Amino acid sequence: MKLLVAVKRVVDYNVKVRVKADKSGVETAGVKMSMNPFDEIAVEEAVRLKEKGVASEIIVVSIGVAQAQETIRTGLAMGADRGILVETDVAVEPLAVAKILKEVALKEEVDAVILGKQAIDDDMNATGQMLAALLGWPQGTFASKVEVADGAATVTREVDGGLETVKLSLPAVITADLRLNEPRYASLPNIMKARKKAIDTLKPADLNVDVTPRLTTINVNEPSARKAGIKVPDVATLVEKLRNEAKVI
Amino acid sequence: MTALVVLDFDASGIKQPSRSAIAAAAKLGEVHVLVAGQGIGAVVGEAAKISGVAKVLVADDPAYAHHLAEPMAALIISVAGQYSHILQAATAAGKNVLPRVAALLDVQPISDISDVMDADTFVRPIYAGNALATVKSADAKKVLTVRASSFDPVPAEGGSAAVENVAAAANEGKSSYVGEEISKSERPELTAARVIISGGRGMQNGENFTKLIDPIADKLGAAVGASRAAVDAGYVPNDYQVGQTGKIVAPDLYIAVGISGAIQHLAGMKDSKVIVAINKDEDAPIFQVADYGLVGDLFTVLPELEKAL
Ligand SMILES: Cc1cc2nc3c(=O)[nH]c(=O)nc-3n(C[C@H](O)[C@H](O)[C@H](O)COP(=O)(O)OP(=O)(O)OC[C@H]3O[C@@H](n4cnc5c(N)ncnc54)[C@H](O)[C@@H]3O)c2cc1C
Ligand SMILES: Nc1ncnc2c1ncn2[C@@H]1O[C@H](COP(=O)(O)O)[C@@H](O)[C@H]1O
Repeated sequence: MKLLVAVKRVVDYNVKVRVKADKSGVETAGVKMSMNPFDEIAVEEAVRLKEKGVASEIIVVSIGVAQAQETIRTGLAMGADRGILVETDVAVEPLAVAKILKEVALKEEVDAVILGKQAIDDDMNATGQMLAALLGWPQGTFASKVEVADGAATVTREVDGGLETVKLSLPAVITADLRLNEPRYASLPNIMKARKKAIDTLKPADLNVDVTPRLTTINVNEPSARKAGIKVPDVATLVEKLRNEAKVI
Repeated sequence: MTALVVLDFDASGIKQPSRSAIAAAAKLGEVHVLVAGQGIGAVVGEAAKISGVAKVLVADDPAYAHHLAEPMAALIISVAGQYSHILQAATAAGKNVLPRVAALLDVQPISDISDVMDADTFVRPIYAGNALATVKSADAKKVLTVRASSFDPVPAEGGSAAVENVAAAANEGKSSYVGEEISKSERPELTAARVIISGGRGMQNGENFTKLIDPIADKLGAAVGASRAAVDAGYVPNDYQVGQTGKIVAPDLYIAVGISGAIQHLAGMKDSKVIVAINKDEDAPIFQVADYGLVGDLFTVLPELEKAL
């Protein structure tokens, strides 16, 4: 089966972002960028399905600025076969991303799309669900285990009370949660090999998708800081403070 | 303007985060709620009593027994016409279903709102809560998930809503429920608890959670949470995870034990009223958000704390 994996270029998870002085957004200039961690997990899962002989081809797709090429290369170095960059300078919202991914999925006739459950920049947790809706496919979100057999995917999902397992007829959309796997580091030879793999570049207009945002950002603010606390010397003091000062126990 | 809130419930009743979602919806206009499931008479009764609810829509059908995203989204779409806003708490269920609804309506959803400015304008945290974005939607209908910890839940009692049955929507049957493994606990739920004690990698294993954290949780009537590291290492189940990509909590008291305080963890708990950190590393970032920090070895501190309570 053919798999499509969506990978987003985001501010690295180790960076503590700063709000811009004019409150128009967060500072991204000169900040380290990486593949969204959940998307690494999505790529890893696809590569494992290929290693098991379940998947035959893996396409990684990213929507964004020209530098998203690097994110695609990372996916190729992990084991994906080829890449597609849908290039735009617009900060594309999940609805438009889902519309683009839909067109790519149909054009490439894939049997499943794997995404991260959440991009750690916008924290939307929406694109996979929206893509599934637009395609009319079933969805297995927040996956911690995926098994593919007989034209169906059995997906174990991380839910509020624990785990839930659903069975989806293929084609389907799956979004990766943290416990699905531990993504590999690309080896140097694989990084070299990835340089030769093909990346096609398209524009949203080539897919007839309008990426005009529906949301306008009025402003972006720093959350209010907590006031500095104190260190207590021992348990007795802690309990005394919680009882008599904070009055929470 | 009328807002529809999709309710989350299980065998123990309607979830508290749903009453927070109703509180958010009440800022927008009249509030109707949707209860979908199988054999849900008791839940409907409970829903009709919630303060501020004008109408309860009921879809009692086997298709909704497990709240699968595909039939739930089809159902919500079938009743969406009359509503200006569709909301659900940002629970696992809400996050699963509402974006699907939004796409079917050609709407860009707004996830995890923490404030309502007006009918089109909402505040939501981005970048693990390191920034708060105020966004205005140009869509005719708004589809919103609600950060429950940011809205005081409306009272469970005091209302007397009308009840209206709605027909089940067509279901393509492309997904089916196989089973679940739900953690059983007598303790309060993380997202509703007044006190939470969470353990991290410093706990070293699951037995130490049972031996050292549980007795304190019992004394305080607290819920037990964890960092991602503790969940990944298998000390506790996935549903204990607090953080950017786990549960967002804001109890009166949050006690972090053997947790370093990575931004992803802080994202889930830094709005707690009082934070206590117990860590042997005096430079651990968790101390920067703690009201009361105790530098020490958790293996001596926790037994002492249990005795002192
Ligand atoms: C995409 C992504 C999403 C994530 N989402 C989340 C999330 O939702 N929630 C979350 O928690 N994390 C999340 N993380 C992980 C996060 O970055 C940290 O790795 C994690 O929170 C660390 O957990 P910890 O504090 O338990 O472990 P560590 O960082 O290893 O800290 C352990 C702490 O225990 C202390 N300690 C050790 N032994 C003792 C002792 N005997 N007594 C007292 N103190 C002791 C140490 O001093 C240390 O501070 C996410 C990461 C990524 C990349
Ligand atoms: N611009 C993008 N390019 C590629 N994939 C994306 C993009 N935006 C979102 N995704 C995918 O959708 C997932 C969820 O993103 P979000 O809904 O924004 O939280 C991510 O983990 C990616 O897999």
